[in-house]
Amino acid sequence: MDNVANLMHGFSIALTAYHVGLMMAGVMLGILVGVLPGLGAPNGVSLLLPLTFTMDPVSAIILLTSMYWGALFGGSTTSILFNIPGEPSSVATTFDGYPMAKNGRAAHALTLAFLSAATGALFGVLVITLLSGWVAKFALKFSSPEFFAVYLLTFASFIGMGHSSPFKTVVSMMLGFAFAAIGMDTISGSLRLTFDMIELVKGISFLVAVIGLFGLGELLLTMEEGLRFDGIRARISPREVFQTVRELPRYWLTLLRSGLIGCWMGITPGGPTAASFMSYGIAKRFARRKDGYGKGEPAGVVAPETADHAAGTSAILPMLALGIPGSATAAVMMGGLMIWGMTPGPMLFIERPDFVWGLIASMYLGNVVAVVLVLATVPLFAAILRIPFSIIGPVIVVVCFIGAYTVDGSVFDMGLVLAFGLAGYVFKKLDYPIAPLVLAMVLGDKAEDAFRQSMIMSKGTLGIFWSNPLVGTIMTLALLLLLWPLASALVQRLGGAGSASSSVQAG
Amino acid sequence: MKKTILAAALLASAFTAGAAGAADWKPAKPVEFVVTSGAGGGTDNFARTIQAIVTKHKLVAQPIVVVNKGGGNGAEGYVYSASAAGDPYKLTFGTNNQYLLPYVAKLGYKASDFAPVATMALDEFLIWVNGESPLKDTKAYVEAAKKPDGLRMGGSQSKDTDQTLVSLISQATGAKFTYIPFKSGGEAAVQLAGAHIDSNVNNPNENIGQWKAGMVRPLCVFSPARMEAGPKVAQGMGWSDIPTCKETGIAIDSYRMPRTVWLPAGAPPDAVAFYADLLKKVSATPEWKEYIERTSQSDAFMAGEDMIKFVKQDETRAVEVFKAEKWIVQ
Repeated sequence: MDNVANLMHGFSIALTAYHVGLMMAGVMLGILVGVLPGLGAPNGVSLLLPLTFTMDPVSAIILLTSMYWGALFGGSTTSILFNIPGEPSSVATTFDGYPMAKNGRAAHALTLAFLSAATGALFGVLVITLLSGWVAKFALKFSSPEFFAVYLLTFASFIGMGHSSPFKTVVSMMLGFAFAAIGMDTISGSLRLTFDMIELVKGISFLVAVIGLFGLGELLLTMEEGLRFDGIRARISPREVFQTVRELPRYWLTLLRSGLIGCWMGITPGGPTAASFMSYGIAKRFARRKDGYGKGEPAGVVAPETADHAAGTSAILPMLALGIPGSATAAVMMGGLMIWGMTPGPMLFIERPDFVWGLIASMYLGNVVAVVLVLATVPLFAAILRIPFSIIGPVIVVVCFIGAYTVDGSVFDMGLVLAFGLAGYVFKKLDYPIAPLVLAMVLGDKAEDAFRQSMIMSKGTLGIFWSNPLVGTIMTLALLLLLWPLASALVQRLGGAGSASSSVQAG
Repeated sequence: MKKTILAAALLASAFTAGAAGAADWKPAKPVEFVVTSGAGGGTDNFARTIQAIVTKHKLVAQPIVVVNKGGGNGAEGYVYSASAAGDPYKLTFGTNNQYLLPYVAKLGYKASDFAPVATMALDEFLIWVNGESPLKDTKAYVEAAKKPDGLRMGGSQSKDTDQTLVSLISQATGAKFTYIPFKSGGEAAVQLAGAHIDSNVNNPNENIGQWKAGMVRPLCVFSPARMEAGPKVAQGMGWSDIPTCKETGIAIDSYRMPRTVWLPAGAPPDAVAFYADLLKKVSATPEWKEYIERTSQSDAFMAGEDMIKFVKQDETRAVEVFKAEKWIVQ
C-alpha cells in the first residue's frame, strides 16, 4: 500500500489554500475556454503556459490540469445547449444531450452530464492511484497493430447503429476518411488531396468540421422550423439538480462500463474522443430500448461523458510514466513539464515523487472543485435557452465563426465552416448520419497510419494482427462487433422474410 | 485569455527600459513567434524557452506571442510567415526543415522566402537499441543489420531528418533497414522501449527518459567529437561515455540538426540584426545553458555568413540523399 501512503503525502502538498485557489481559478478559466467552441483545452492550456514559467512545477501543473478539467466540463455545456461541441470529445454528448435540451430538460441533461463526468474522472484517478506501476508496463505492449485493432474496435462498435440505411452510414464514413486524408501523409511524407491550395497543407481541422456540421447545420434547421428553441419551456430550479443527483445510481451499469472503456482508451492511448464514441456505441448496442437513443435518452448522455472524463484523466498516467501524450492537451502539458525542467518518463515517479503524487492528489481535489463549480452554473446556462431565438441565433453564428477562426487562426477555416454548415443541413435533410463522418475524421488518420506501419513491420502480411494474444483478442472482438448487424439481419431473414427489410433499416 | 496575457505582458514591459540593441530598429508592436511544430514538440520547446528567457530578463520592450503552426511537418508555419514578406514581426522557429521541406513536397513556399537570423544549437542524433537487446556495440549492430532481413528502424516522419540519416547509414555501411515512420520521436522512443522496433535514431532529449530507466541504450553518437561530460545518466554511463559513430566504424563524420530562426525575406536588415543580437544575448544567459544541458544539445550560435555557410553544407549533403532515394518532387 505504498501508493496510498504516497497519495496521503500528495494531499498534504495539494491541500493548501494557495493550491485550492489555483484550482478554482484554473477550473473557472477552463469552463470559459471549454464553452467557447474552437478555443478548446489544448489552446487554452498553451495560452496559459507562459504564465507558469515562473511558478513552482507542482503549482503550475495543478493550475494547468484544473483548467483541463474545467474545459472538459465546459465543452459538454454547449454540446447540450446548442448542439455545438466545445471539445472534440463532447461530440457524442450532443447525440442525446441536445434532444433533451430541446425537449425542455436542459438542466436535467447538464446535471447528468456533469455528475457522470465526475464519476468517470474519479474512476480514472482511482485506476492511476492503484495501478500506476502495472498500467505503465501494459501500455508498453502497444504497437501499431494493437493501435489499429483498437481503432477498428471503435469503428465496429459504432457501425450500423444509426437510424438511417447502412449505405448512407458508409457514404458518410468514407467522406470522413477522405477529409482525414487531406494534407501531409505521415508514412510517405507527401501531400494528398490538397489540389495545390496552400491552405489545405495543414489538413482540415476536425473541430472546424464539427462546428459547421453540428452548430451551423442545426441552426439552419431551426430557422427552417420557425425560428424557435423548444428549450424555452425549460424548468429551472436548483431542485432539479438535486433530483438528478438522486437519479444517478440508476445508471450504475452504464457508469461502470463507460468508466472501464474510458480508462482503457486513456491508457492505451486511444484518447477521450474515441472513448466517448465507443462508449456511446456500446451503450446503445446493449440497451434494452434502443429507440430512445438519439431522441433524448439520459443514458446516452451518461455513457459518453463518463468515458470522456475517465479517458481524459487516465491519459495523464501514460504521459507521466512513458512520455506518450494520450490527448492533445496532455501533449501541451508535457511540453510544459520539459520547460519546468522535468523529463516525463519512467523515472519521474522515482525522481520527483512529490510532483507526481501532488498532481494525482490534485486530480481528486480538482475534480471535486470543478463539479461543484459547474453544478452551480447549471441554472445560469439553462436560463440562456429562455432568451428568444432571434437574439441567441445570431450570437451562436458569431460564436461558430469565432470558434472556427480560433482553431488555427486561419481565415480560410471560416469559409470551410460555412461549407460544412451547409453540408450538415443537407445531410440532415436527406437523412444521412453525421456521426460516422466525424468519427472517421477523428480516427481515420491514426487508423491509417497504424495500419500502414503494421504492414511495413510485417512486410505486407495480415497475420501481424493475430501475432500475439493481445492484438488477436482485440481484432477478433472488433470483427465480431463489425459482423454482428449482418449476422443478426441474416438470422432474421432466415427466420421471417417479412421483418428482414425493417431490421436492416434499423441497422 | 489571449487578452489577459497580452495585458500582463504589456504591464511587465512598461517597467522595462527596452533592450539596447546594436541596430537602430526596435519592435514597435508585439512580436509573433511562429513555431513550425505542434505544442510540445522539439521546436516548440526551443521557441518557448527563448520566450521565457526574453520575458524573464526583459530583453524586449514588447510582448511576445507564440503561435503553433505545425501542420504538414511544419509547412503550415513557413507558408504563414512567407506570405507576410518583409514583416519583421514574424520571427519563425524551425530546424533544417526550413530549407529541406520544399525539396520533398510542393508546399507553396521556397527556402529563399526567408532571411536567416540565427542558428542557436545543434541537436545530436544517436543510434539507440532496446535495453535488453543482444547488440552490445555498433559493430554487432551493423553486422545484424547486414543480414538479409535487416533491422526495423523507427523514426519521426517520412523523408525528414531521421530517414535521411538512416539512408546515410545504409550507404556508409551496407546495412539494410526497414524504416517505419511515426508521428514523432516520442512515439518512436516508446516503440523502442516496448521492443516493437529494433532501433531508432532519436535526439538525446527524445530518449533520455527511457534511457534513465534502462529501457533503451545508446550505441553511438553522430557528432564530430564525444558529447560534453555531465552527470551519469544510467548504468554508470553518462553522455560523454558514448563513443562517436565514426570511432566505432560508421564513416559519417557528423550529422546534427540545427535549431534555426528566420524572418520573412525582405524584412529590414536592421531588424535581422536586432533579432540576431537579441538571440546572442539569450544564448549567454544561464537559463539557455541550462536548456542546452538538459536537452544534451550542442550550443552553437551562428548568424550571418556562418549560418549561410552551414546551411549550404547541410543542404548539399541532404539533397544528395534525396536524389539517391528519388524523394525530390517537381
